Amino acid sequence: MMRTKLIILFSVLAGGLLAWNLHTIFIKVPDEASQGAIFRVFYFHFPAAVTSFTCFFVAMFSGLVYLRKRDLRYDAAAAAINEVAFTFALITLITGMIWGRIIWGIWWAWDPRITSYFICLLMYFGYFMMRRAIDEPHRRARLSAVLSVLASVDIVIVWKSIEWFRTQHPGPVLEIRGGGGMAPGMEAPLFWNVLAFLMLETALILVRMRQQGIQSEIESLRRYAHAF
Amino acid sequence: MDRNFEYMFYGFTAAWLIVIVYVIWIALRERRLRDELDRVKRMVEDQEREAKK
Repeated sequence: MMRTKLIILFSVLAGGLLAWNLHTIFIKVPDEASQGAIFRVFYFHFPAAVTSFTCFFVAMFSGLVYLRKRDLRYDAAAAAINEVAFTFALITLITGMIWGRIIWGIWWAWDPRITSYFICLLMYFGYFMMRRAIDEPHRRARLSAVLSVLASVDIVIVWKSIEWFRTQHPGPVLEIRGGGGMAPGMEAPLFWNVLAFLMLETALILVRMRQQGIQSEIESLRRYAHAF
Repeated sequence: MDRNFEYMFYGFTAAWLIVIVYVIWIALRERRLRDELDRVKRMVEDQEREAKK
């Protein structure tokens, strides 16, 4: 019951904040001088990237806790978090491609940032395929945790690649990462969107965890039924 | 600039579409799981009744 209340709370807060942010992004924030309107895609691209990376790391820690405690609840949480993070990572990739089509004139470039990001998505796609392929819960959880750790190494590469390699993808934009920063009034909606995305992702993760609880209940009832 | 607006629209549409499709997928899965839970509960209750007889 508490979980349902939290899902509703996070959904309402995320919805309200997203609506307010969209109003700010489209009505109050002016077009960027050289890019025009397309720069607004950044308001979804960046928060989706940051929050999905955060979730991937949280999932990795949950996997590590599983390895230590051998409690399947941590594996279930990691799987739920990774699934939601993957969805938002997909948003990052697609919005980036659409932005690149206008700014670079191409949909895709085999640039270190984009390529490492693509590899990251492939690794997590493999993570879900592997989970479907293994029936024994503890073996599935153990291998998932290991793959999660390996994939998180790639996330660090993705994150740092724009500092290590200066190629097609733009370098750091925000001042906190050593970039030139954004014009006053343009940066705040970006961080509000990060918060909104985090709340939306939390709500979705809680729903997925509730579903995994139902799935476990079904499995234990089936085992009980077979005992007759 | 008009072209930029068009692609900005594509960008936001794609992002929302991914979220909406995922939410629908989750909702469908929730319904399927609840139906399955009800079915398994009924099956267990039937078996318990049979065992008492």
